[in-house]
Amino acid sequence: MELKLSGLEPLIVTPQSNFVNVGERTNVTGSKAFLRMIKEGDFEAALAVAREQVEGGAQIIDVNMDEGMIDGKEAMVKFLNLIASEPDIARVPVMIDSSKWEIIEAGLKCIQGKGVVNSISLKEGEANFIHQAKIIKRFGAAVIVMAFDENGQADSYERRIEICKRSYDILVDIVGFPKEDIIFDPNIFPVATGMEEHNNNALDFFRATKWIRENLPGAHVSGGVSNVSFSFRGNNKVREAMHAAFLYHAISNGMDMGIVNPTMLEVYTDFDKELLEFVEDVLLNRRPDATERLLEYAETVKGDGKKREIDLSWRNVSVQERLSHSLVKGLVEFIDEDVEECRKLYKRPIEVIEGPLMDGMNVVGDLFGSGKMFLPQVVKSARVMKKAVAYLLPFIEAEKDGVSSYAGRILMATVKGDVHDIGKNIVVVVLGCNNYEVIDMGVMVPAEKIIQKAIEENVDVIGLSGLITPSLDEMVHLAKEMERANLSIPLLIGGATTSKVHTAVKIDQHYTKGQTVHVLDASRSVTVVESLLGPKKDNFIKELKLEYARVREHHEKHRGAKELLSLEAAQANKLKIDFKQEDCAQPNFIGSQLFTNIPIADLVPFIDWTPFFQTWELHGRFPNILTDEVVGVEASKLFADAQEMLNKIVTEKWLEARALIGLFPANSVGDDIEIYEDETREKVIYKQITLRQQTKKVAGQPNLALADFIASKESGIKDYIGGFVVTTGIGLEEYVQRFEADHDDYNSILIKALADRLAEALAEYMHKEVRVKHWGYASDEALSNDELIKETYRGIRPAPGYPACPDHQEKIGLFDILNATELTGVSLTESLAMLPASSVSGWYFAHPDAKYFGLGKISSEQVENVAKRKNKSINEISRWYNSVLEN
Amino acid sequence: MKTELEKAIKERILILDGAMGTMIQRHKLEEEDFRKGAFENHTKSLKGNNDLLSITRPDIIKDIHRQYFQAGADIVETNTFSGTWIAQADYGLEDAVYRINYESAKIAKEVANEFTDKPRFVAGSIGPTNRTASISPDVNDPGYRAITFDELVGAYKEQVNALMDGGVDILLVETIFDTLNAKAALFAIDQVFEDRNEKIPIMVSGTITDQSGRTLTGQTTEAFLISLSHMPLLTIGLNCALGASLMRPYLQILNEKSPFGVSAHPNAGLPNEFGKYDESPEMMASQIKEFLDEGLVNIIGGCCGTTPDHIKAIAEMAKNYKPRNFN
Repeated sequence: MELKLSGLEPLIVTPQSNFVNVGERTNVTGSKAFLRMIKEGDFEAALAVAREQVEGGAQIIDVNMDEGMIDGKEAMVKFLNLIASEPDIARVPVMIDSSKWEIIEAGLKCIQGKGVVNSISLKEGEANFIHQAKIIKRFGAAVIVMAFDENGQADSYERRIEICKRSYDILVDIVGFPKEDIIFDPNIFPVATGMEEHNNNALDFFRATKWIRENLPGAHVSGGVSNVSFSFRGNNKVREAMHAAFLYHAISNGMDMGIVNPTMLEVYTDFDKELLEFVEDVLLNRRPDATERLLEYAETVKGDGKKREIDLSWRNVSVQERLSHSLVKGLVEFIDEDVEECRKLYKRPIEVIEGPLMDGMNVVGDLFGSGKMFLPQVVKSARVMKKAVAYLLPFIEAEKDGVSSYAGRILMATVKGDVHDIGKNIVVVVLGCNNYEVIDMGVMVPAEKIIQKAIEENVDVIGLSGLITPSLDEMVHLAKEMERANLSIPLLIGGATTSKVHTAVKIDQHYTKGQTVHVLDASRSVTVVESLLGPKKDNFIKELKLEYARVREHHEKHRGAKELLSLEAAQANKLKIDFKQEDCAQPNFIGSQLFTNIPIADLVPFIDWTPFFQTWELHGRFPNILTDEVVGVEASKLFADAQEMLNKIVTEKWLEARALIGLFPANSVGDDIEIYEDETREKVIYKQITLRQQTKKVAGQPNLALADFIASKESGIKDYIGGFVVTTGIGLEEYVQRFEADHDDYNSILIKALADRLAEALAEYMHKEVRVKHWGYASDEALSNDELIKETYRGIRPAPGYPACPDHQEKIGLFDILNATELTGVSLTESLAMLPASSVSGWYFAHPDAKYFGLGKISSEQVENVAKRKNKSINEISRWYNSVLEN
Repeated sequence: MKTELEKAIKERILILDGAMGTMIQRHKLEEEDFRKGAFENHTKSLKGNNDLLSITRPDIIKDIHRQYFQAGADIVETNTFSGTWIAQADYGLEDAVYRINYESAKIAKEVANEFTDKPRFVAGSIGPTNRTASISPDVNDPGYRAITFDELVGAYKEQVNALMDGGVDILLVETIFDTLNAKAALFAIDQVFEDRNEKIPIMVSGTITDQSGRTLTGQTTEAFLISLSHMPLLTIGLNCALGASLMRPYLQILNEKSPFGVSAHPNAGLPNEFGKYDESPEMMASQIKEFLDEGLVNIIGGCCGTTPDHIKAIAEMAKNYKPRNFN
């Protein structure tokens, strides 16, 4: 039997169909652009991506919505439902791609045709595998099976065939899965890594593919090809040759499906014979020095990043062109020399800025605007520009001519109570690059100071930034104050928790005299400011007003669409854990303990790199992002810079890591958690108020509150809770200032981004220490770093201000019982942000059933109830719940 | 019984019955007929809810089944086309779903047992419901759905259990205009089979809406076949919307591609300007003759507008032909 799939039309995989290519662009982990569309809810554009792929020859479209910042299940369902109404797209089968079973299941419920599930494996054992396969069969879909079992991913020929055979036998004999509907992904791994054990990676894949096609009747083989050339990232010529050669051999061994760029399939014969020979020596492990020979050859191939650095031929052109080159490439080595040479050519030093330097920056702006340069490159260009200007400044001042030639003056600030400024700093750089004069007021700036400065400096635009939810209210406040001050300066809103909806519904209407604009990310800031200050201003504002009115109307129409339960009903549907004393392990100490001087080197393996790239607006999952078709080269360069700096942070001890943990007896009382001083459980040192989900759930799903994870007082079970405050921000400011003094925004942003990652890594590291040692309930735990990041361990560490407990006020009690400010040096601002910013705090819950959840919306009834429990007036506390209160 | 059916379908072309609605219309029934003895005090009007007649006027329904068997049908369909809570919701009779299906199956079996000359079978009719899982009813919101897959599965499980309790020999998922609805039906059937540890043959039958050759939700005949081939089916086929001659090209596709038996129960032509189907038994039989000449089908019957006379003409014709070969 053949593998037969369907959308509105059939797709039949026959031996003659050679190779089925799967469209990969509707994948949030692989495509930055697609992720952005989904995040913004721009499904029109997302559908256009799908349509283009189908028109471009994709025979199946892979849809993946696995991204932490979006509701993957909702996005999958919505996108598939929309595809169903687009016959141009729906004619091909869908590949539902997720690592989350619930997303796969939700996706299967939306497709009338026969699609493909990508993927399942024996990773979590046979029972789970059988269960999932049975359901997939019942839905009538084909399935991709990863060569992965309880012991990990298959990395040798023997393990590959062993796991595939075992999976196949289970599917065929136990589940009764149709043989032809089984597609194996036997893992494509990199070659030429310099490690001997990787030399057979490609060969093992080919051999395994051949074995599967010969020994597992009916089964197919698929894979993601770009992995194989991982070690040559940055050298596209070699990579393309490797992909083409790999596919050639894989296909001739029987691989018949894959997520690849279709253009790669035809070019095998177009490559230089010598290059192909070297590549094939490596792929087929034909000679011991294959890797060295390919590396040597790669060095000689044009377009190689390494080569460019030593290639000084660009120095032979005119000085203006050299400046432009330095700006575009972000090179500082020759900048002083070239600027000096240029200064002598022009009458006045200011002309160097207005002439060649601005010309160069315009090129950068254009490249960035058209998606040909990425944020890290732009920040490097800005560094070059700043250095050039700094060199010229003394000459300009000597002339006493301060005539501004800027395109506009912009005030930027992180609002009162908030300390997060990476995003704001990036916007400052990007605007600076585009010839705007930026007045950066820094962090924690009160509204009145912003307004005063704006008037004094006669700025053209005010930009506000903030990361934590209370900052949203501060922005509303500022808008009202600007209205009162009779200002009409445009107001830009940006930062992680801000949104177009919040801006339209909550801010825009309070500022009628000027225009408020939500700016999604740094790259958008330039076009927004240009539109606001340019000749088409009126039109832009008119459209914006219409759009925000639409957003408000839509919001108004859909609000209350989600029915909330009464608090009482929600409480009645709490999670009822059957607590047993053995699940409530006694910690090895009660009270708190401080750890100082934890070696930063120990934290490095715990770093989750994906958010680091997000900071730089490079979207994709680590490590795949390093080989991404679009951003891979820049991501790799950025990663190399990050590694270099991390190395210095470690060896030169730039940063100090401090961690404070506390473990206490605790019991729940209703939705509160009483935390006791000692085992007598008599003195309550803090009553933690937890919020309960009120959204109506499907049958069998509880309405959660964190208190559900702690045994109740009346149960008589001795339960415990933990708390922590960790920071890696000590010492940071010194280096930030040092870089800024050197006009080096790139490294200033880089070190902050790294410190943030290290703080998260420290939280992860301490959580492990707590699980294994201090609390000790998981002393036998052995997880890989990847599993840690995926949080497959027992217990959770929810942080106040995040989805499970959005109430920032809980930090006050947490800091109080740990005496955290005194011991760690981390303090809380009036909006309850932690200072230094590279800090993490939260609670530890250890019960095996404890899990992360999002609170969602709550009713004012619950807020009133919380006020009573806190013994406070509603007025005093209500502002802290604005972000979760139903509207 | 199962083996008897499987044996029979290899030996001869089996005859399915004709329209139920057309036959009921002849009786000019009133509101009272739909209430008698069962729904006397129901607040909503029930006239036109034909499935209820299995409970309130079993005499009429049994007589219709009997007429079809006498005309030569091997299989009659239960009077349960709208026997899901989704379809019954319009009448506020979600609670009557079990009774409708159980009673309908029971009376059809009773009539089948009256015949001893050759084995007669009862197929539990499972309609598409009046909501679609793949299309939004709101043109301004194409991502919206009026029914979910899970709701469909729940509704179909209830119907399938009741039909099997009532003793049907076959389950017939028919008039499929949205393959996703049908997938939900098969999903439900598979679950019910597992729960009861009992299997009976399944027939599925799609509806090609017009000469574009596609279902209402846009699938071609072959895509439709592929999408439902994950269950072991007795037959896959087409019914409704088209008369026999217009249905032929799509039956040819099923004949060519289907690993299962192939069935067809076309309408008596296309409706005329009064909404009536006016192809005579002879006209219809002469078109069906072409199916038979080409060896396209294993089961043949009639849909809208067909009567015992049509079935009789078809049965007379079919007995001279060999059934389509399939493994």
